[in-house]
Amino acid sequence: MRPFLLALLAKEPAHGYELKQALEQIFGSAYPSPNIGQIYVTLGRLEKDGLVRAVDVEQSNRPNKKVYYLTAAGRDALDAWAEEPAEGPRVRDEFFMKLVLAPMTGIADRMTLINRQRRHYIALMRDLNELSERTDPADRVALLLIEGAMLHLQADLDWLDRCQEDLS
Amino acid sequence: MVNTVNLVKIYQSGGVPVPAVRGVDLRVEAGEFVAIMGPSGSGKSTLVHMLGGLDARTSGEIWLDGRRADTLGESAWALLRRQKIGFVFQFFNLIANMTVADNVELPALLAGASPREARERREHLLGALGLTGRADAAPAQLAGGEQQRVALARALANKPSLLLADEPTGNLDSRNTRDVLKLLTDVHRDGQTIILVTHDARVASLADRVVSLLDGQIVDDGAVGTFRRRPKGTAGDVVELRG
Ligand SMILES: Nc1ncnc2c1ncn2[C@@H]1O[C@H](COP(=O)(O)OP(=O)(O)O)[C@@H](O)[C@H]1O
Ligand SMILES: [Mg+2]
Repeated sequence: MRPFLLALLAKEPAHGYELKQALEQIFGSAYPSPNIGQIYVTLGRLEKDGLVRAVDVEQSNRPNKKVYYLTAAGRDALDAWAEEPAEGPRVRDEFFMKLVLAPMTGIADRMTLINRQRRHYIALMRDLNELSERTDPADRVALLLIEGAMLHLQADLDWLDRCQEDLS
Repeated sequence: MVNTVNLVKIYQSGGVPVPAVRGVDLRVEAGEFVAIMGPSGSGKSTLVHMLGGLDARTSGEIWLDGRRADTLGESAWALLRRQKIGFVFQFFNLIANMTVADNVELPALLAGASPREARERREHLLGALGLTGRADAAPAQLAGGEQQRVALARALANKPSLLLADEPTGNLDSRNTRDVLKLLTDVHRDGQTIILVTHDARVASLADRVVSLLDGQIVDDGAVGTFRRRPKGTAGDVVELRG
């Protein structure tokens, strides 16, 4: 969540609750809404690292609120985050480990593992299909996220075919 | 509805036998939607071609609606297809010198529909697949994905009780795939039997059952399960789904 908060603060200074609302508004249902506690904990860490600073703003008939703003170091950290390519998906996942180790342990043969995994992926795809039907068509961000998950799943399934061809 | 017993197809390629389907026992009930998956060259096209009488079996049996079909001659197969089978070819096979509209209406007319029924059915199908504006075009003027959807519309024109489709979404982008998925869902709900070859997990996930082929044999055959993390998940769960 650190880079998200830095990005929001680069736009304008804000207090914790405003940041929570902004995250909800931008990501819609595409990102699980963080609770306010998580946001304050993260802000505290960013402050300790010198990436944000807080000022107390007096409020009439309410306790002071802390408004956070980005420091120069925070701006540099945000730029570095934005410029760096994101990590690709992992291929050496748990299934791959099972596939490699299965014959040594005698727990299951590879064909059975691959077939079971395929069924699981297709069930996952059905779930994503239903999720995309339920999602508001105006929520572009959420729909793109679902489509991304579907494309990844399709690649996983194609790769299972390759495993089955080569290991049989 | 469809039943095969030890179905075998061996092609001869330059005097060398190429076994494409090696002893398939497949039983599909009326109204069932079965997806056939498997790597390229595993015999999927050969299998559905045999089920539609478009390729002769080497040995084994094919039963359709309780009647032996593998022993039928070409004209009897043609009649059977006209009456109750819709076939979507992997490479479309549209009639080049007819418009899109005529391509789709023809099977309905051949099956005995009135011109008006055929036209209404065509308008409905082209509409559902986002092709209304292409009705007067010739197949060669269409992009691959459009031709593919026309091929699906044509296969459904005579309301076949059995739809056989070979990779019907292979050339579609995700928006067009969505139209096809929706139409297939409707067809399935109407009780038509569907046997469909696909690489696309979205299409397969609509099926009641997935059959996996490898080297001409069935290596897995099972109902599509349901997976649920939470009853009322949102897109936010996708983040979690993908770790
Ligand atoms: N007409 C043909 N003549 C010779 N071999 C063929 C012919 N059609 C398909 N084959 C061979 O039969 C096998 C199965 O092909 P096919 O049914 O097209 O597989 P899939 O549709 O799963 O990719 C492949 O080895 C393919 O090369
Ligand atoms: Mg094929």
